Amino acid sequence: MWPEPCQKYSNSALRIDDQDTYPQRLVGEFVGLVVSNDWANAEYKHMVVRVHPKALEAYAGQMFHLLCPSPDGAEVWMRRPMSVYRVDRDAGCVEFLYKTEGRGTRGMAMLKAGDEFNIAGPLGKGFSLKPEWKNIVVLGRGVGLATLAPLAQLARNSGVRVTAILSARSPEVLMSKDYFESLGASVVTVFDSDGSSAVENVETILEGLIADSAADAFFTCGSARLLKLTQRLGKARGVPGQVAMEQIMVCGFGACYVCVRTFEVGGVKVLKRVCRDGPVFNMQEAVGW
Amino acid sequence: MVDLSVRIGDLTLQNPVTPASGAFSWEYNDVIDLNRLGGLVAKTICREPRLGNPTPRMAETEAGIIQSIGLPGKGIQYFLDHIVPEYAKFKPPLIVSASSEDIDEFALLASELDVPDVDVLEANISCPTRNTTGGNFAMHEEHTRKVVAALRAATKKPLWVKLSPNAGDIVSVALAAEEGGADCLVIANTFLSLKIRTDNFRPALGNKFGGLVSPALKPIVLRMVYQVAKQVKIPIIGIGGVTKAEDVVEYMLAGASAVGIGYAGFRNPTALVSIIDDLERWCDERGIEKVSDLIGAVRDDDMEMDTLAAASIGV
Ligand SMILES: Cc1cc2nc3c(=O)[nH]c(=O)nc-3n(C[C@H](O)[C@H](O)[C@H](O)COP(=O)(O)OP(=O)(O)OC[C@H]3O[C@@H](n4cnc5c(N)ncnc54)[C@H](O)[C@@H]3O)c2cc1C
Ligand SMILES: Cc1cc2nc3c(=O)[nH]c(=O)nc-3n(C[C@H](O)[C@H](O)[C@H](O)COP(=O)(O)O)c2cc1C
Ligand code: FES
Repeated sequence: MWPEPCQKYSNSALRIDDQDTYPQRLVGEFVGLVVSNDWANAEYKHMVVRVHPKALEAYAGQMFHLLCPSPDGAEVWMRRPMSVYRVDRDAGCVEFLYKTEGRGTRGMAMLKAGDEFNIAGPLGKGFSLKPEWKNIVVLGRGVGLATLAPLAQLARNSGVRVTAILSARSPEVLMSKDYFESLGASVVTVFDSDGSSAVENVETILEGLIADSAADAFFTCGSARLLKLTQRLGKARGVPGQVAMEQIMVCGFGACYVCVRTFEVGGVKVLKRVCRDGPVFNMQEAVGW
Repeated sequence: MVDLSVRIGDLTLQNPVTPASGAFSWEYNDVIDLNRLGGLVAKTICREPRLGNPTPRMAETEAGIIQSIGLPGKGIQYFLDHIVPEYAKFKPPLIVSASSEDIDEFALLASELDVPDVDVLEANISCPTRNTTGGNFAMHEEHTRKVVAALRAATKKPLWVKLSPNAGDIVSVALAAEEGGADCLVIANTFLSLKIRTDNFRPALGNKFGGLVSPALKPIVLRMVYQVAKQVKIPIIGIGGVTKAEDVVEYMLAGASAVGIGYAGFRNPTALVSIIDDLERWCDERGIEKVSDLIGAVRDDDMEMDTLAAASIGV
């Protein structure tokens, strides 16, 4: 009946040089260009994506929701949440540090420089620094380091001193030490391989920092043990804290209630959405990681 | 320029593209202009506060996702005080989805939702994930007729009824809803499904069963819309696997007056406005003046038959 095919699909996603026709929006769907996507170690890759300037408003603790290409013959149906590892305003890039885990991140790992990558964000509530905090302690392990790294940048910009306790299986798989140091953090590394990552040892380190008045607040991500420890110590010593949480997500906007976790607020157990109420939460309210 | 507006009973939608309940909230205003949508559809609410189902609430399969949320919410009072005002900031009509396992409570909920800022009551009688033994009235004609009649008596709002694709005979259930007093049928909710993990032999979802959501379901739901449209006089909203403008056209040709969209908005947060833009252009390129002319316009009465093939099967 009609000439076929004549459909050209429109896409309201913003490309790098597009004019934003709906500037009121807080969150965008962006089509960026991969600048590099290199291995950081045997399991993790570091991706740099050039994006529309609007995406550069992301701050520490926020995430993007990534439309990962398929690594095989089938579809990857849902987006995958990924913390902002770094925002490079001069180069117009956002960066991710990610572990190749399942199909989504393996598909992401196949992207090459010059490829398009659809990312939505920035989403969620990130870290916040209170003016009275002059010295903070950041404790991270595994994927958690990616989430915590931009906090070191934020602290530096606000003139806050950072002690970063980086935990890993062994020195070979430790990441981001140089990055934290380049941001002026004093870095303490602890490993499973020599036993230094044991809770008792990390507790001793934290006690030392508290005694030196170098721990006005704790920030953690990526380890249930580190969360428990900082919760317990924070409660006993009156050190406030924030934790970044993870959960499987669908919408990323607070609509679907897929990403809920249990929190305890004023003695009452409540469910909160990691994508909208978090991913960063008051450490004392978290119930398990 | 094409007139995209469609009428659902006495209500006019500025275009036939609406979000699907549970896959949308006013919070999407962060990324799209909600005033462009045909309607605003709130997540299904229940009268009493509910936490919903245990996590994980979503798992991917080869052919789509299965999800089981369990209708969490803070109850009717919170909804009226805090959520309705959020939607009231926008122009499109507010369609409020509601559910209950008990007919009397459902009717009470319907009357409590009879407030000025609510434009439509969408009765979710088909949620597959809340309780597979109760509350799923849409599995049976008789239950459907009874609950719809009770809701009809309890509210003066337009009453839309969301049906289940899991019913054995959806046409009979649709007729029962029409007899009960529904003003519009929403076809359909999700398909009851199961995924078992091979690493630990456990069901992948916290609630065991979940609803399958996938564009692969579009042909099945389209068939249901087509069959139901041939039998009922009230309008239909088609929901299932719409990802592009032609899918809207296809549902309308089958007899739907509008569509609902869930999955596509998860995948591309800006999908709904893109689909509206594309639909407008699709119509303009073809000189279609009113999108409503597409409703039920499928050409199924002059199916050409290859005479040789017909002879070979004995026709
Ligand atoms: C706010 C937030 C920030 C994150 N930031 C980072 C980051 O900076 N770097 C990084 O490497 N990872 C990060 N993650 C985790 C990342 O989202 C998951 O590793 C990813 O979704 C797995 O997808 P996949 O397809 O590769 O694996 P799948 O095959 O989907 O899953 C592999 C495993 O990961 C678990 N998983 C799946 N989705 C999620 C999810 N959304 N959150 C947590 N676990 C999940 C599954 O239960 C399964 O055990 C973050 C998660 C959240 C919620
Ligand atoms: C995460 C999620 C939550 C849902 N919640 C509801 C709900 O609360 N009420 C309802 O009637 N349907 C609910 N649905 C079903 C959708 O409204 C819709 O019928 C279904 O997703 C099919 O449409 P789609 O293929 O466009 O996604 C939900 C679907 C999903 C994926
Ligand atoms: S992912 Fe949908 S509410 Fe968080």
